[in-house]
Amino acid sequence: MAHRHRENRAAFRGLREPEEQRPVPGAHHRAAHSTVTETHVITTSGLTKVYRSRGREVTALDGVDLHVREGEVYGVIGQSGAGKSSLIRCVNLLERPTAGTVTVAGQDLTALAGRGPRAGRELRQARSRIGMVFQHFNLLSSRTVQDNVELPLEILGKSGKERSRKALELLDLVGLADKAKAYPAQLSGGQKQRVGIARALAGDPKVLLSDEATSALDPETTRSILQLLRDLNRQLGLTVLLITHEMDVVKSVCDSAALMDRGRIVESGTVGELLATPGSELAAALFPVGGEASGDDRTVLDVTFHGEAATQPVISQLSRTYNIDISILGAAIDTVGGLQVGRMRIELPGRYEDNVVPVGFLREQGLQIDVVDERPDEPAALAPLVKEGAK
Amino acid sequence: MTWSQMQPLLEQASWETLIMVGWSTLIAVVLGLPLGVLLVLTDRGGLLQNVLVNKVIGQVVNIGRSMPFIILMVALMSFTRWVTGTTIGSEAAIVPLAIGGIPFFARLVETAVREVDGGLVEAVQSMGGNTWTVVRKVLVPEALPSLIASTTTTVIALIGYSAMAGTVGGGGLGDLAVRYGYQRFEPGFMWITVALLAVAISLIQFAGDYAARTLHRRGGRGGAGPRLRLLKTKEPAAADVSKVA
Repeated sequence: MAHRHRENRAAFRGLREPEEQRPVPGAHHRAAHSTVTETHVITTSGLTKVYRSRGREVTALDGVDLHVREGEVYGVIGQSGAGKSSLIRCVNLLERPTAGTVTVAGQDLTALAGRGPRAGRELRQARSRIGMVFQHFNLLSSRTVQDNVELPLEILGKSGKERSRKALELLDLVGLADKAKAYPAQLSGGQKQRVGIARALAGDPKVLLSDEATSALDPETTRSILQLLRDLNRQLGLTVLLITHEMDVVKSVCDSAALMDRGRIVESGTVGELLATPGSELAAALFPVGGEASGDDRTVLDVTFHGEAATQPVISQLSRTYNIDISILGAAIDTVGGLQVGRMRIELPGRYEDNVVPVGFLREQGLQIDVVDERPDEPAALAPLVKEGAK
Repeated sequence: MTWSQMQPLLEQASWETLIMVGWSTLIAVVLGLPLGVLLVLTDRGGLLQNVLVNKVIGQVVNIGRSMPFIILMVALMSFTRWVTGTTIGSEAAIVPLAIGGIPFFARLVETAVREVDGGLVEAVQSMGGNTWTVVRKVLVPEALPSLIASTTTTVIALIGYSAMAGTVGGGGLGDLAVRYGYQRFEPGFMWITVALLAVAISLIQFAGDYAARTLHRRGGRGGAGPRLRLLKTKEPAAADVSKVA
């Protein structure tokens, strides 16, 4: 699905087409207009959040170290209860971490927090430079769309003229210039989220936090909102940290991803790295291939190819070189996080011990080989997510 | 009694009721609103969580609410004299009426403000807003339709109280009904006052409901001028939906 986005992009009003280059099959075409730098703009270290209620303690975050690079879209995925929401709310200190530090754009927010539950002046100023969008939009029903977008500017103390200029500009950016005088209740879910995004951008933030922003939307609207986030990321160099329980979200917009389970980050890295990590749960979930072995003494391999390797006729080479019959159980080529990736599940005759040499040959060709041994279909942490992604 | 005899009395009494209810409502709203908001803010998990303050205000409000108005009026006499210099007349009646109205309105405000979605508060916090911003830009405006309905309820309750205030020299329509209608056996007078009160209350309720509904509808669906819209297009909602897609 993700590859469809390129064609859709021009459809969004007010968003100029970035200089599009014809993507070379298999090449990392993302690099062409990537804004990612190596500077970490959001860093959490040892972030821990323990909720105490009626004498019981619940650990929502258990020593989370997160590094989000400037200009990237970073997705945190996990089941509900994994701690994603606590994590994102700790980043702008809507939730006070029990231990650990949060640094955003070089500023240690945990140091600004102070002791009391109320946010001090400095923390509030820092928050105004971090945009946030919410699952349920959180627009004020008593205000028009334009007034909603002006709200953060009112808090920043901008003049009326400046507020309305900026608000209209932002509404134009998200394609809702004609809805400025409407009330939120008159908008569809997708339009409401666009208003939410425009509002989040009003303070010219470097960082946008997205708390399940698409989870209340239908798949089509989800795609258009994700596309908008992607475009804003590219055009404004905006760093986006998003949390989601939908694998498709990570697949279509994220440069990097982390998998959370029971308050810990289980896996993390750029999408490319994850796909290149043998046995990565995230990679398998991002790009599943199916197919069952046809008999007992067969070797089933998952072959992942991206980059140069994708253009080589490796399978027929393998077949000719070793004179073996190869069955293809499943195969797909997809764009994952802007990378073209192919994955194929093949079956070789004989047990793994008999196929060490052919497997070595494939690895030499620069392919990533995962041997599929009767493992359960999906790893435990991700099983429900994958099901949802498949819908 | 003839109508010409009744008329000046009725006019005078209506005016007195209006003064008593008007002022006491104003005071009840001005003081009850912050009290009600404070009840929500200081509650457990609130922005200004403070169990002690919450308990104290809660208790004061409860005592004020549970005290029968006629007793409150008598109990407050020395305070009333200290404020207005007298304990009889409409002016003096305003004091106990306002004090009775404050906790009444405060509880209604508390309920209305609690209904406001916590996500909106969070959104404003994430923009860097402080507690005062949250109150001013979120809690009060978002609860406005309910607050108007609460004001209507308070006005009507205060009209009821004002009749009691009348019996101890506050004047007003209630007083008139008791003195002429009951004590002087003028049932005609009684019925006229009852009818006047009934009409007044209906009008207030209608106006309050209309205002609350108009504000709510703005947030609900129709837009600023729901009536005009209905004249222009038959089904504005449907038209919106088609544009949305």
